Amino acid sequence: MTELRTTIQEVIESEPVAVFMKGRPGLVMCGNSQRVLDALRAAGAPVTAVDVLPDPRIRQELSALSGWPTIPQVFVKGELIGGADIVEELAATGELRQKLESALGASNGTGEQRVVDVLAPAH
Amino acid sequence: MGGMDTIRVTGPLQALLEQAFPEASDVQVVDRTGGGDHFQVSITSPRFHGLSLVDQHRLVYDALAGPLADGSIHELRIRTKGTQ
Repeated sequence: MTELRTTIQEVIESEPVAVFMKGRPGLVMCGNSQRVLDALRAAGAPVTAVDVLPDPRIRQELSALSGWPTIPQVFVKGELIGGADIVEELAATGELRQKLESALGASNGTGEQRVVDVLAPAH
Repeated sequence: MGGMDTIRVTGPLQALLEQAFPEASDVQVVDRTGGGDHFQVSITSPRFHGLSLVDQHRLVYDALAGPLADGSIHELRIRTKGTQ
């Protein structure tokens, strides 16, 4: 496994809510990434964002790991929840908040956002 | 919009999906922007019944793996509905 793939896997497994997106919160470069951030924010999710744009290998390695071809991709406690369509659909039914609360407990609701650089030697 | 141009770009995707979901009661492909690379796909099929949304969308991605890989789909929106 490549070092980059290992780093991506660590982010997926260790972050409560990992969002692989185009751009980052505050500088979103794609409407679908914005849809995901909006839905997660409304549900109170703490978001750890990874920008896939700086290097095409990030997206390649991510899709190889997840088997999911498109961006954005949202993971809760290591589990792929889906892309923009699914996250919006789950938000509309209230399932998104339920899922976040059962997976994260009290740490959901903070709405805290941070950015992780998977290309940096240590994150 | 409409006419030949729309059919030219959505036709191949429609054919792939109808081949992958022969049991579907509804398969629709819409060129969202008219640019020929942003698509909305809607499928109603008993195959989706009981599957998670992630697994439902994976079936659609599998059916469109070719055009997803060769870049002819820039954006894909998916709406799936499972029937009994």
